[in-house]
Amino acid sequence: MTKRKSDCEVAYAAGGGELRVRVDSSVGVLFGRAIERTAREAAAEFGVGSGELRVDDDGALDYAVAARVEAALRAAGFARVGPARAAGNAPAAPRRPIPWRSRLYLPGDQPDLFPNAGLFGADCLILDLEDSVMPSRKAEARILARRVLEAHRGFFGRSALVVRVNPLAGPFGRDDVAELGACLPDAILLPKCESPADVEALASELDSLESTARGGGRALIMALVETARGVVAAPSIAAASDRVCAVCFGAEDFSRDVGARRTAGGAEASLARQSVVLAAKAAGVQAHDSVYSDSDDDAGFAAYCEAARAMGFDGVGLVHPRQIAIAHRAFDPGPAELEEARRIVAALEEAASRGLGVASIEGKMIDAPVAERARRVVARASGEAR
Amino acid sequence: MNLIRNSIGRDVPASIDGKPLRPYAGAYEDSPALPAGSPRTIGGPRRPAPARGKPDKLVAGWDELLDRLDLKDGSTISFHHHLRDGDAVINEVVARLAARGLRDLTIAPTALFPVHDRLVPFIESGVIAKVEGSMNGAVGAACSRGAMKGTAVLRSHGGRQRAIQDGDLHIDAAFIAAPCADPAGNANGLLGRSACGPLAYPVPDSLAADKVAVITDGLVPYPCAPRSISGGNVDWVLEVESIGDASRIVSGTTRLTRSPTQLLIAELTARFIEETGVMRDGFSFQAGAGGISLAATVFLAERMRARGVKASFAHGGATGVLVGLLEEGLLGSIVDLQSFDLEAVRSCRDDARHIESTPFDSYGPRASGSAASMLDAAILGATEVDLDFNVNVNTHSDGLLLHGIGGHADAAASAACSIITAPSFRKRIPIVRERVTTVSCPGEVVDVVVTERGVAINPRRGDLADRARRAGLPLVSLGDLMTEIRAFTGVPDEPEFGDRVVAVVEWRDGTALDVVRELAGQPRP
Repeated sequence: MTKRKSDCEVAYAAGGGELRVRVDSSVGVLFGRAIERTAREAAAEFGVGSGELRVDDDGALDYAVAARVEAALRAAGFARVGPARAAGNAPAAPRRPIPWRSRLYLPGDQPDLFPNAGLFGADCLILDLEDSVMPSRKAEARILARRVLEAHRGFFGRSALVVRVNPLAGPFGRDDVAELGACLPDAILLPKCESPADVEALASELDSLESTARGGGRALIMALVETARGVVAAPSIAAASDRVCAVCFGAEDFSRDVGARRTAGGAEASLARQSVVLAAKAAGVQAHDSVYSDSDDDAGFAAYCEAARAMGFDGVGLVHPRQIAIAHRAFDPGPAELEEARRIVAALEEAASRGLGVASIEGKMIDAPVAERARRVVARASGEAR
Repeated sequence: MNLIRNSIGRDVPASIDGKPLRPYAGAYEDSPALPAGSPRTIGGPRRPAPARGKPDKLVAGWDELLDRLDLKDGSTISFHHHLRDGDAVINEVVARLAARGLRDLTIAPTALFPVHDRLVPFIESGVIAKVEGSMNGAVGAACSRGAMKGTAVLRSHGGRQRAIQDGDLHIDAAFIAAPCADPAGNANGLLGRSACGPLAYPVPDSLAADKVAVITDGLVPYPCAPRSISGGNVDWVLEVESIGDASRIVSGTTRLTRSPTQLLIAELTARFIEETGVMRDGFSFQAGAGGISLAATVFLAERMRARGVKASFAHGGATGVLVGLLEEGLLGSIVDLQSFDLEAVRSCRDDARHIESTPFDSYGPRASGSAASMLDAAILGATEVDLDFNVNVNTHSDGLLLHGIGGHADAAASAACSIITAPSFRKRIPIVRERVTTVSCPGEVVDVVVTERGVAINPRRGDLADRARRAGLPLVSLGDLMTEIRAFTGVPDEPEFGDRVVAVVEWRDGTALDVVRELAGQPRP
């Protein structure tokens, strides 16, 4: 068996007699007994009291051990006896407000990435069950995601927590959503959206899950358009459900889909990008640009963010935490913009205190959208300063 | 075994292998003054002046060299680690002495690398009775298993130099692998195909060993210049085909780590140094070649650039990153004990501002001031830290002895601000413990611990804590941090130890700081 760092592999063999748990761990002296205890608890959840569990471990945390044991038992045909745990461990700090400037992807099958994920300050974290997980590991990854959501919401700190599921039309998507039913994240990122029906299917799935769930939350939807059909349908996708909070653009798949050749300047996707911004803004939701995959090229990434911001995007996808600060610098208002927003908010407050319905600055009336944007800019700036 | 409790509450033996041992009493208590009339330093020519004529030190081969050195059972032989994982000399010497039937040798290396795992069979067969200095990897693990007949002594680089100077470590023969040497024994590490940079660690050995042999694969006509080892202290010179695998001699990496957690710790470290005012024009620092240290150096340089601040010098191991800062003008000089990559070797050879040091000049506990005592900040690592700020760099939490001390204790005790950087957990193992498995460095000299979850400041350093608080740095107490980490790692079980002490950790002044015990349940060799 190959070992994965801060992870473990579990094999179950049916057999008679009491359940045996054999642990072979690089941290066995310190945690061998704890690993066995966790494995037995997880086995009990599936009513497994016989046979043998072999745990080959390289320092996996509790939830990862439990997830791997559960995956092995489910693959062997066992079903849960009794309900799964509901999401506990709600984060202590309030979530980052929309708009999200950064959405950082975490490969969903790597448990070592989760405990520190909230420390980096991304506006939102995407636990990815789609592209970064091989088909043979889909079940493992979705169980791991559920276990971490159940037990360790605190790992993700103030970042909004989003799970990218597989497309619902494919073989994995509906199982992904169902698995998370009792511990839904803040939002679901739905890839390969091509029509409003894709979003509606997910929304009705969420409606039914939330009607039976004990928590009172309402999961949002981030719609990822990454094909020609998706870009063309973006306006109706953005408006398909009031759960949609963002439309995201996926440049890599889009270029492949339309047969474009990717260039440094990105001219092949400029119309698509603008279409996504227009569709999102027309529906009053966030527009999010694609990832910039060369995480070593800080200067290139900064220029990329500047261009996205100039086009009207609110945020960008990230592949490495070191990109977060650069993205936030680009999408944050500059000093001049902040000053302007403060003046507008001051004028609005002054007008309100005098009982006036309209406010003006230097004789120019302040439009409602301008007022709203100024309020958001000031609110975020003071939130960041706290 | 008769045990005494030292001032940090660790039970240490009153003597090892018949030699009395003083318990640690405080980082700066030091040992009694030397008797009046003692020389300030030792070494220099002690050999009879030769008659008129050119000394003939070249020997024909290994056999002639070992014949002339005339080693006996129980002799102490010493080595340096400038050739790192490429070294071929230690294994060669031990194998040849074993073939001559010698037993019970003490080896005194400045460090060992994975290539020296081949020494383990010689430990098990009794050729090597003990190690004094540094143990790493499989040799350390063998010691933990109780495979070594004697009790090992772990010393820092400065502590080793002091032990040699004070006569605590008597060396019968020093084997000095040299990339470049002349027939009179003058040698350096800067030239030749096995160039490694400074040839600093063996300098104390060359001054004090009864017999000194230079082994070289880069023989040049007299005079070999520059000269790190003085030919006047060398008895024999052996020319060999190769002293090591050049590709593994400079094995450091200068690539910035990609680990998000390491980058976060490094960034917080750089921020601490700037925002507490340690970073000011003319300041100095030491940072190693590990992932966090290297990244912290890079981030510190960014802050120096942004503020227009220049450092007077950087100390310790040299890397291409430091060389880049020297050439950019952000550093006045590099004081170098060990080069980690080819860039550092080239710079040490060609740039007068890149200065080759020695253990005495860098870390000497008996020196009246060393490079380390000129430091404003030292960035160091740890395998464990405890609630008293004691640091362990020697053993893992499961009790296995796997690392040497290096310059850690010397830099921590000497620099104006010592900063330990470490993730708060590795895999599942919490780094913050109630009590470290082994004390390698007493909390008295540890000022700051930087983790990805915040900065802990030793209560002794209220001045630093005030400045950090005013700067808005994220401060945590080690107790709270331990609780936070244990919430998801769980509380580790304690390893089981036997009674036998297999190694003593010596503080820089020669007192016993702690011991390493044999792991329980080990099969007897």
